[in-house]
Amino acid sequence: MSEPGTTEPQDPGPPAKPPWLARATGVGESTLRALVLPTLAFITALIIGALIIAVSDVDNLRILFAEPGTALGNMVEEVARSYRALFNGAVGSINAISETLFATTPLLLAGLGIALGFRAGLFNIGAQGQMLIAGIAAAYVGIYVSAPAIVHIPLTILAGLAGGMIWGGLAGVLKARTGAHEVITTIMGNFIALFLVQWLLTTEAIQDPGRNNPVSAALSGSAVLPRLFGSEYRVTIGFLIAIAGVFVLHWLLFRSSFGFELRAVGSNPQAGSYAGMNVAIVVTLVMALAGGLAGIAGANQVMGLPPFKASPALAGSVGFDAITVALLGRSNPVGVMWAALLFGALSAGGRVMQGAAQVPIDLVVVLQALIVIFVAAPGLIRAIWRVKGEPEEATQLTTGWGS
Amino acid sequence: MALELSGVTKRFPGVIANNDVSLSVAPGEVVALLGENGAGKTTLMNILYGLYTPDEGTIKIDGEEIDLDSSADAIAAGIGMVHQHFMLVPVFTVTENVVLGQEPTGFGGVIDRDEARETVVEISERYNLQVDPDALIENISVGVQQRVEIIKVLDREARFVIFDEPTAVLTPQEVEEFFGIVEGLKNDGKGIIFITHKLGEALEVANRIVVMRGGKVVAEVTPDEVTRQDLADLMVGRSVDLTVAKGDAEPKSTVLVVRDLVVLDDRKVKAVDGVTFEVRAGEIVGIAGVQGNGQTELIEGITGLRPPLSGSVLIREEDVTDATPRELHRLGVSHIPEDRQESGLVLDFTVAENMILDSYYDRPYSRGLVMDWGVIHDTARGLVEQYDVRTPGIQVPVSNLSGGNQQKVIVAREFARDVALVIAAQPTRGIDVGSIEYIHTQIVAKRDAGAAVLVVSSELDEVRALADRILVLHHGKIVAEFAPDADVTDIGLAMLGSHE
Repeated sequence: MSEPGTTEPQDPGPPAKPPWLARATGVGESTLRALVLPTLAFITALIIGALIIAVSDVDNLRILFAEPGTALGNMVEEVARSYRALFNGAVGSINAISETLFATTPLLLAGLGIALGFRAGLFNIGAQGQMLIAGIAAAYVGIYVSAPAIVHIPLTILAGLAGGMIWGGLAGVLKARTGAHEVITTIMGNFIALFLVQWLLTTEAIQDPGRNNPVSAALSGSAVLPRLFGSEYRVTIGFLIAIAGVFVLHWLLFRSSFGFELRAVGSNPQAGSYAGMNVAIVVTLVMALAGGLAGIAGANQVMGLPPFKASPALAGSVGFDAITVALLGRSNPVGVMWAALLFGALSAGGRVMQGAAQVPIDLVVVLQALIVIFVAAPGLIRAIWRVKGEPEEATQLTTGWGS
Repeated sequence: MALELSGVTKRFPGVIANNDVSLSVAPGEVVALLGENGAGKTTLMNILYGLYTPDEGTIKIDGEEIDLDSSADAIAAGIGMVHQHFMLVPVFTVTENVVLGQEPTGFGGVIDRDEARETVVEISERYNLQVDPDALIENISVGVQQRVEIIKVLDREARFVIFDEPTAVLTPQEVEEFFGIVEGLKNDGKGIIFITHKLGEALEVANRIVVMRGGKVVAEVTPDEVTRQDLADLMVGRSVDLTVAKGDAEPKSTVLVVRDLVVLDDRKVKAVDGVTFEVRAGEIVGIAGVQGNGQTELIEGITGLRPPLSGSVLIREEDVTDATPRELHRLGVSHIPEDRQESGLVLDFTVAENMILDSYYDRPYSRGLVMDWGVIHDTARGLVEQYDVRTPGIQVPVSNLSGGNQQKVIVAREFARDVALVIAAQPTRGIDVGSIEYIHTQIVAKRDAGAAVLVVSSELDEVRALADRILVLHHGKIVAEFAPDADVTDIGLAMLGSHE
């Protein structure tokens, strides 16, 4: 029964023909619309960040009432100087762009893994541990195997992929077999991975000779990722691998039968099993694949970041920032890419801002947090910027107009 | 001394939910508001209860115009509503639920439990609403929960009571008792609006019947001047066939054999306790029973979703006791699950995606990992057309469709292939007359095409209309078998377990 007065049936029809790559993977569909709110969230965060910078200088606050003109002028100047430094540090030069892409690479890879989990209804907190296990697996292969770069590099990446897949897959198996919640098992997995790696790095097989702390020897040169813009700039082909990951994941999610299955299970596992899907297998595979993506990020940290050694700190905070990136990108591979680029730019720019304008890099973390809050609370952004919401997101008092 | 709505119009983006609707109810009168899903009944009631503000039109009580901006306004004006889904706190007692939100308080804000309890007892005696004031809501039946809702409304001194689909969750016996309660309220001078899409109920309890269709009032009649058929035609806007047209069954070879099946429920209690029966090709076997007597577990046991404790299930002589749902799908088993939103559909998915939810993994929809969306969309378009699914397109989320159309999506998916066995659980629960008629026709067509059909429904009328044989399930056992033309009282008694 149609709702009264429903407009004539309208099939959206096939979307406009994108280039071959977009057509193959479906990339490019309605991403523009999805970008409006995050963009507004970003702008709002910058405005609030400006206020924080403005009031953070004690000297200006002291003279605010005595000489309001000078104080406000100083504040504006300070904000402008900070944001100019942030901008220049992110995209102002080839080196800045290289640094942005360099910081983006692991965030994007791990973020894709977490987004994949979200699509299947799984909250993978374990990217950190998956990266560590992957990093040490890559280190073993990078140190001990000797082969020409054309073989050695893929082999080392595969070692990372496998390490991450095993670590993520374990959480998947536990969930599928026993129902153990992946949030618990992946968090615990992070701890186990950290201390396991710490111990392994003190074993003779891999520890840097002559060192007491847990650090591996350096990878052989044939396992180091080639740099993308020449040897002066740090960004490597790891970035291209991450971008390829965006297309592969988009294809997997929206064009493949496995993606169909995992999205169905993520949205309604009961309907999935009624339709004959094996939820346990889907959960295990998704966790393994998500771990694998984080694993490539882990391998990237060893193979692309001088001095090319594995250490317990190799993942930094990437495993956790990647969760934010996945949320910000709304678990859409293309969205995750933009989110990772934004976070990469903030991180590269933040360092320059700290140096040039003496604004602590912590402000960047504040900006990131603000952006995420506003993205997570779209109603807030809509209210601030008076953006019209889609009707289905409006507060509903009842379940429908009729019935 | 009446509640009157006149010229009420309410628009939503793209839809006029109520178009110049006028309605009145006097004290001591029962008005049935009859209409299909989507006809605008619930919108109208939400306006009356202060949840929506009308774009045009007025609401008057005793000739005086009132503004209803919230449910608090409605309660203050003497309007009470018993929702389709009860608003009760399961871990609170009956008394606590009744006084919730306006607890009588004594010294220092302490709740006066004795006074609260007294109020409940008094109301329940006055209107013959038998409840135990100290029972926890989670321990009492749905029928009794409804009485608690009614007491709640009466405690707030409602003069006009709105019932939204009150019988949807009740057993046949509870429905009879409920009608008694309505009679009592009426005699006490309450004005009652009774929203329903069931024709028989409207004819039985109402003094006046208002029929809505497409947001408008299309007829206002009294029960003695119309028949069920007239009402159905008015509701749907065309002539509908109320009886399921079907010839005699011509049973052929046995398709489904269920032998001594025992299935545990989630609490590890035997929900199905040694059930044995057969379904043959070309016949419809109906399983009648009050909800919660093992129907769900029986179906899940047969369809591979809940491993049976013991016993066996055979399809065409092949043992499928331990088969997975997908293996059964390949053997030509179609399953219409009892809860379409929980188990039948992925609501976020599009109509097209839901159409292939159980066959996406194989040709022609995919080869290996690669899905062929061209073929999928063509198929979905064909099925939407063939099964008369009213949708703005195949790419809209299935959650945007009405219940009847959602159910048609499932029927299309399950029936659009060679089917040996159809298992249909509550195939028409909560959907409109037009869709019911359509789905019943499709089920009979499958039987006539040679499929074995097992229909499980808590609606006795539905089982009687469809089935060639009726089995009655009580406490996990099959307690009786009837021919479809057997006496309703006999079947009803068997459903309650008092059949020798």
